[in-house]
Amino acid sequence: MPEVGRLGLNHQENIGLSQENEIRDRLVSSIYRRAAGIASLVVKQEREKGVDWDRRLDDVLTSPWTGYPAMLILLGIVFWVTSLGANYPSRLLAGALFWLQNELLSVFIASGSPEWLYGFLILGVYRSLAWVVSVMLPPMAIFFPLFTLLEDLGYLPRVAFNLDHFFKCAGTHGKQALTMSMGFGCNAAGVVACRIIDSPRARLIATLTNNFVPCNGRFPLLITLSTLFAGAMGAPATIIGLILLGVTVTLAVSWLLSRTLLRGVPSSFTLELPPYRRPDIGRILVRSFLDRTVFVLMRAVSVAAPAGGLTWVLANLETAGNSLIGHSALWLDPLGRQLGLDGFILLAFILGLPANEIVLPILLMSYTAAGSMLEVDSLSTLRQLLISHGWTWVTATSMLLFSLLHFPCATTLWTIRKETGSWRWTILAALIPTAVAVVVTLSFAQLVRLF
Amino acid sequence: MVRASSLDLQTGMEEPGPSDSGLSPDPVIALVGNPNTGKTTLFNALTGLNQHTGNWPGKTVSLAQGSLRYRGKRFGVVDLPGTYSLLANSPEEEVARDYLCFGSPNATVVVTDATCLERNLNLVLQVMEITPKVIVAVNLIDEAQRKGISIETGRLAEELGLPVVPISARLRRGLPLLLDRVDDLISGRLTTSPRCVRYDPQIEEAIRRIQEELPDLGEISLNPRWLALRLLEGEVALLEKLRARLGNNLVTLCSKAN
Repeated sequence: MPEVGRLGLNHQENIGLSQENEIRDRLVSSIYRRAAGIASLVVKQEREKGVDWDRRLDDVLTSPWTGYPAMLILLGIVFWVTSLGANYPSRLLAGALFWLQNELLSVFIASGSPEWLYGFLILGVYRSLAWVVSVMLPPMAIFFPLFTLLEDLGYLPRVAFNLDHFFKCAGTHGKQALTMSMGFGCNAAGVVACRIIDSPRARLIATLTNNFVPCNGRFPLLITLSTLFAGAMGAPATIIGLILLGVTVTLAVSWLLSRTLLRGVPSSFTLELPPYRRPDIGRILVRSFLDRTVFVLMRAVSVAAPAGGLTWVLANLETAGNSLIGHSALWLDPLGRQLGLDGFILLAFILGLPANEIVLPILLMSYTAAGSMLEVDSLSTLRQLLISHGWTWVTATSMLLFSLLHFPCATTLWTIRKETGSWRWTILAALIPTAVAVVVTLSFAQLVRLF
Repeated sequence: MVRASSLDLQTGMEEPGPSDSGLSPDPVIALVGNPNTGKTTLFNALTGLNQHTGNWPGKTVSLAQGSLRYRGKRFGVVDLPGTYSLLANSPEEEVARDYLCFGSPNATVVVTDATCLERNLNLVLQVMEITPKVIVAVNLIDEAQRKGISIETGRLAEELGLPVVPISARLRRGLPLLLDRVDDLISGRLTTSPRCVRYDPQIEEAIRRIQEELPDLGEISLNPRWLALRLLEGEVALLEKLRARLGNNLVTLCSKAN
């Protein structure tokens, strides 16, 4: 708008300034001088009381030598406590919920209701809900408060600080370290957080790669499977390995994108490291339970109930001597086998598109509904169920890898559509991770086969 | 997970100020401050809403809105994204500045961090150039005490010409006093006399001359001194927004300029 602008420009010339930056610099330095002047009058710093703990902590937590090991140890403790602590309440919950299932079943049978009715309601809807609650609730109820604790302490920006260097090398914005950390909570939230990145190029890279860190919805699957197949001691190492892989893939794909589709140079930014704060334990418990645990659980429950019913129907509608689920799984099986999985697992990932939380429940539903009516009431019988379907550590690892790297859930895709305003980027956001997941699991399965 | 209604950054502002919404005449309090000074904590403490707070800068990118009841009156509260300045270098700064300019909140609370007051004062000084209806909340006063920092709030109020209230949003200390001041300010029982930054003589002279030439902006109540400063800087984005809002009045503004 040159006309109005001229009003200002005329006067810039009048005072002998042609550069707008020069004016701004003079304004800003006046403001800073005044702020410093006032602060020197009103702020009194008494003699430093004791040790500066913030600085001492930062010397360790953000040093190039000890920063990374400290990060791994802290994460390790979080996952170790989670997988160790989740086992027992999980068994109790499963025991109670499946006892109730049998009671409900006998009530239905005694009242003479038709098989399809109690099959759909109890073996479909109720059983998948029981799975979601008993498998997901305990690890979430332990993991989320611990994670919120780290956030409240002020540790997450330190993680971003430690990782900044890598993101710069990958040719993207350092703030991506922050949006990636948000992705650990929820990828949809991580995608929204990408707004803090100014450069449209770097924002797109962060949006397209956010999915490579496991979100709340996927952590229960990761924790459960690694506890089953690596034990309480091996699980933390497994999960940390997966997270490191996720971060590596994030960086690799970001690097690739910044060299191909989204070329450009990284811009700089200021990251303020907040002071460490004494966390408010009561508030953490309440907030992490209400905001995260209940939120994720309710989302899972609301998707799992219809999905459970649908899975039961698919598993019990027979054509040509096999159920619909059997047909689909059989059809997907060759591809699944190549990836170290099977048809049922691949089907569960596809049916789980609405929410990652229900992938494992759907898988268990289709395993149990399609024949083996094994009573599953604890984690160890869960392990037997999987093994009876031909699972080995290779299957478990492949599923973990696929879960970590595959397409984002429908909510995240919808958020990406809204944020980017383009179907093209949304489709790429689904295709890129899927391609990566297929390549990685395929290579893993083929490598194992070689040895 | 932003729970309260949030406004879209891209599509521009749909501020809930009293000027726009004929339906809700509740006075509006805006919370503004540097990142990670506890604005969201204060917002939650005031409104009872449960925005997720995080100990990291840049959590709030959009505006969160809530309301509160005090002395039997209802107030709207708007939590602005954390920003170091109002120079509109980033989306956060632009959202915050545009809201203060065009959303015309009835009172603006600048939330400052007592442990690094100097840096926070830069923002206070910029906010009071836009509007005189400013209250300075010195937050994290408990943390400052632990670090052996004390703030002479009386002296600070004198220097700024604004009410200053020490608070701890986390421990909910000082909030009634803060709300008293806000209510006084909105109802007109309290007036401020901000002592804005004086620039070097050359710039002051330019400001004075531009102000003389400024036309009447109609219902847009922008502080003329602040507008003159922005014109002097030749800020294009702001001028575009002004044009969108002024419509016909722009003609006068342009003709006066020539």
